[in-house]
Amino acid sequence: MTYTDKKKKRLFAGLAIFITLVHIIPFYILITTALKAKGDFSSKWVFPKQISFENFSEAWKLTNLGNSFINSAIITLFSAVLLIVLGSMAAYPLARRQTKLNKFFYFLFIAIMIIPPLTALVPLYNLVVDFGMMNTYEVAIFNNVAAFMPLTIFLYAGFIRSTIPKELEEAAKIDGASTLGIFFRIVFPLLKPITASILIISCVYIWNDYQFAIFFLQDSAMHTLTVSLANFFGANQNKLNLVAAAALMSMLPMTILFLFLQKYFIKGLSAGSVKG
Amino acid sequence: MSELVARRKVAVAKKAPKRKEKKPSSLWWMYTPSLVIVFLFILYPFLNGIQLSFTNWNGFSQSYDWVGIDQYKRMFTDPTTWLVVKNTLLYGMGSTILQNIIGLLYALLLNQSIRMKAITRTVIYLPVIISPLIMGYIWYFFFAYQGGALNDVLLFLGLDKINALANPEWNTWIIVFVNTYQYVGVAMIIYLAGLQSISKDYYEAAQIDGASSLQQFKNITLPLLMPSITINMVLNIIGGLKLFDVIIALTGGGPGNASQSMSTFMYDLYFKRQDAGYAATQGVFMAVIILILSLAALVYFRRKEVEA
Repeated sequence: MTYTDKKKKRLFAGLAIFITLVHIIPFYILITTALKAKGDFSSKWVFPKQISFENFSEAWKLTNLGNSFINSAIITLFSAVLLIVLGSMAAYPLARRQTKLNKFFYFLFIAIMIIPPLTALVPLYNLVVDFGMMNTYEVAIFNNVAAFMPLTIFLYAGFIRSTIPKELEEAAKIDGASTLGIFFRIVFPLLKPITASILIISCVYIWNDYQFAIFFLQDSAMHTLTVSLANFFGANQNKLNLVAAAALMSMLPMTILFLFLQKYFIKGLSAGSVKG
Repeated sequence: MSELVARRKVAVAKKAPKRKEKKPSSLWWMYTPSLVIVFLFILYPFLNGIQLSFTNWNGFSQSYDWVGIDQYKRMFTDPTTWLVVKNTLLYGMGSTILQNIIGLLYALLLNQSIRMKAITRTVIYLPVIISPLIMGYIWYFFFAYQGGALNDVLLFLGLDKINALANPEWNTWIIVFVNTYQYVGVAMIIYLAGLQSISKDYYEAAQIDGASSLQQFKNITLPLLMPSITINMVLNIIGGLKLFDVIIALTGGGPGNASQSMSTFMYDLYFKRQDAGYAATQGVFMAVIILILSLAALVYFRRKEVEA
């Protein structure tokens, strides 16, 4: 290695450290804010001399965060399961049977991806009220399932076409297995990699959803994390310490999952980005 | 396993002629449940929204009148519409340009052999998995007038405090900045994958020919990265134009309508101003804008890909 190469390397490493520090700043400020006692008005940049966990317990109680955690978890879990079961099942004939009917519906699913969900919001609100589905888990679940279904079908269909050998299914057919049997016992297990990606994409976005939740889950017992947090923020805009503690607690589960399963998260989320 | 498949293949081949005669069934019942959900929760409301955009419905009463294209006339003569469209385009285009430039620079840096670069990557990517709403609040602690971190610095330096989030000149740019900060990791990862798929042979050949680093970047890296650029551009444009949560968290669309995007404006019209028909009209307009811009970006960059 030449002298200039070494110099270059050092420069790059320095740059990387600098960028890392800049990106950490908002999190650092979030943490110092959350850890400071009420009377501590020192600069946000200074780490608190006396660490206080008061903010966390107070915010937890005031926001009813425990209840929101459960709501978010239920909605995310059921949406993800429905997406995977119904989405993979839908993608199978769309990928395998190129009939006119299937070609049309595949195109329809893909075309729906372009519609921004928010533009359908006003009439959807009406519809949900008519169905008597306001403030229910069902409305949140179906909304999220509908929003992610086209992408799910797109990803599953692509994967089935490119990686699952047709011969496998044909062989099973000869053995007299039913279509559903072939699908769930032979095809579905082979879809594991793309299922993992879809699981991660849908869980991250549904867990973080705010747009749908704020419209359809207005009853405080049904609030998800984001809605609780938004309300709490609205009511306590001046108590930054409390809001910081609440924000920190609500982002913790996803952050921990991400740090442990980073490789899968990055791979999964990038799989979703090919939809362009 | 493969042996089994091979043997089965033979069996299939033998039976093939008999099965060819039967037309494949569509198995339509397998996608019917998904279709029903998507129809009820997206397609029907969307079409219904187009219908509502020709009414003066207020959002809750049982009756409303057909007003023809009055809402559209109103929309195109409403100065707020153009302010909101301008903001939406700024959020869409501004974040797209910034995310792509910075994301590419980060990817180029992290493509070098640097110690501990995994940590840098993790830190840059982390915001992607956090709710944009929470991300907005996190940056609120930075920019807030009372007790914000930025003002702590200004006070320390003996300067006056600033109320950046209430300043209509700045706050739209702050929103662009926060959105860029949050999603630059996605662009970075896509570019990193693109960079790693470029064969080293090209660079070696270029070095032998005496090409400078800049020339190599312009003539090898950039053209071969075009597919990644397409994905990033289209993705970021769509994401930026739909921006909602960050705006709610940072400014609530204010002061007045100064930082409102089409999404937040629609929300206001429907829930705060009982103007549902007009909200639907704005929704149709937004769908048209997103459709045109994302298709334009897709076509433009796909063509570049072919040339490259």
